[in-house]
Amino acid sequence: MSTWAPGALAPAPAAASHGAMLLAQTRAELALVLRNGEQLLLTMIIPLGLLVGLAKVPAVTVEGRRIDFFVPGILALAIMSTAFTGQAIATGFDRQYGVLKRLGATPLPRSVLLLAKTLAVLAVELVQVVLLCTVGLALGWEPHGSFLGTVLLIALGTAAFAGLGLLLGGTLPGLTTLAVANLVWLVLLALGGVVFPLTEYGGVADLLVYLPTAALSDGLRSLLQDGSFVVRDALVLLAWAVAGLSAASRWFRWE
Amino acid sequence: MTSAALEVCDLVKRYGKRTAVDGLSFTAAAGQVTALLGPNGAGKTTTIEVAEGFRDPDGGAVRVLGLDPRDQAVKHRVGVMPQTGGGYPGLRAGELLRLVASFHRDPHSPADLLERLGLSEVERIPFRRLSGGQQQRLSLAMAVVGRPELVFLDEPTAGLDPQARRATWDLVHALRRDGVSVLLTTHLMDEAEQLADHVVVVDHGRLVTEGTVHALTAHGAAGQLRFTAPPGLDLDALAAALPPACRLSAVGGSYLVEGPAGPQLLADVANWCAANDVVARDLQVETRTLEDVFLDLTGRELRT
Repeated sequence: MSTWAPGALAPAPAAASHGAMLLAQTRAELALVLRNGEQLLLTMIIPLGLLVGLAKVPAVTVEGRRIDFFVPGILALAIMSTAFTGQAIATGFDRQYGVLKRLGATPLPRSVLLLAKTLAVLAVELVQVVLLCTVGLALGWEPHGSFLGTVLLIALGTAAFAGLGLLLGGTLPGLTTLAVANLVWLVLLALGGVVFPLTEYGGVADLLVYLPTAALSDGLRSLLQDGSFVVRDALVLLAWAVAGLSAASRWFRWE
Repeated sequence: MTSAALEVCDLVKRYGKRTAVDGLSFTAAAGQVTALLGPNGAGKTTTIEVAEGFRDPDGGAVRVLGLDPRDQAVKHRVGVMPQTGGGYPGLRAGELLRLVASFHRDPHSPADLLERLGLSEVERIPFRRLSGGQQQRLSLAMAVVGRPELVFLDEPTAGLDPQARRATWDLVHALRRDGVSVLLTTHLMDEAEQLADHVVVVDHGRLVTEGTVHALTAHGAAGQLRFTAPPGLDLDALAAALPPACRLSAVGGSYLVEGPAGPQLLADVANWCAANDVVARDLQVETRTLEDVFLDLTGRELRT
């Protein structure tokens, strides 16, 4: 261990530009997701496996072509996995390990940190969508509807799930978040119209359509299967986004 | 430009019914090393965390570089080493330091910092697999990488091996030499004695005493001078050569002079010895350690 030359530690403090901080933090967030085996299982492998399995094995009876039914549902599942479950768990443990507190003592503003997390989520979602659509097309998927409408629904769904994920991960301890986020993921997978048509649940379906997962899967399915944009689904997602993000900004704790 | 790096004025911080900091006031001068010294639970970490902007005070005021600690402009100029944790478990040591460096416009070279703090070999090891001491040194590197003008170090050497401790001390000495203000907390006397220009002793969230290490340890011990010489010296003759207020005693060859033990008394003793062809060894004014000071003032052990 060498000694310090005189003047080597002379003060010269200055923050980097927000753009430079955003780039660095986004890269770090992406590296963390892509290196985490559980996150990859959740965001990539399970959705892909479900898509291929459900398309090939007639375990669930659906109307119309199987692949046309399942691609939109699995897309909704993928968005939920990344924006809600993955974000909640990562945020919960970041807090538990004191990472957010540590970053709070650097020039990185909280707004830039949250923006970086958002960009990382969007980047992962882009990979998911490309992957799932490619596999879907290879399996004979025939999408309809507008591209812009699809992007709008995915954006609203991301905002809704991210708000809820940050609310969960920002208020509960890491392990509790892990348990709750996985449980919610499983329940919404079953009740959110991802693999089972909501009509299977009879009268309860009238309530289930207000779940964010159901709104996203139904919205994407109506658009991509029949070409019709369901305004109610978009409004349900918007309402969840407003509620979730407001609650998160109200109750989120950094440590 | 203010001459104080940190001003704490009547700070009060409560956690529920427990009062962690109870009306604490002190100033950390710019360009100096100030040590917040006290036993565990004295309120050191709470105080430094209010100064870092992590906690809001329940009473009183804290100014950092003349600004509110919550001001984002403070974060650009201050480096922080928290007591525990603070790294993405999945990022490598080098990645973490480079990440924090990228938040600054003109940072130190991360590779250079890693090398100087003995972390080059673990640069590619994920944070979660570093030892506690390695995590601490990385945290120290993260605190200084942005060329800060003020550094907060919360128990910077707790749990470090002696070599790593020495590297940390070297860094603090170099920071001070280059004009960086440092506020550190410690419950280790030798650390405060080695590093601090100014020591603030706290207990139960209150100020016990403050001053330079020299002033704190010299005060109250100024009444004793000891030396070693052949047994059987003529004490009456020696007493005649010293001011009348002095009392002499001897146990074998160990002599104790009690009186105003200033430079004059030292000279008087040395002159008498020279005149009488006596070689006095270990001639010294008794000083106290910080631990003695703390014990006297609080009746409590500093190491708890």
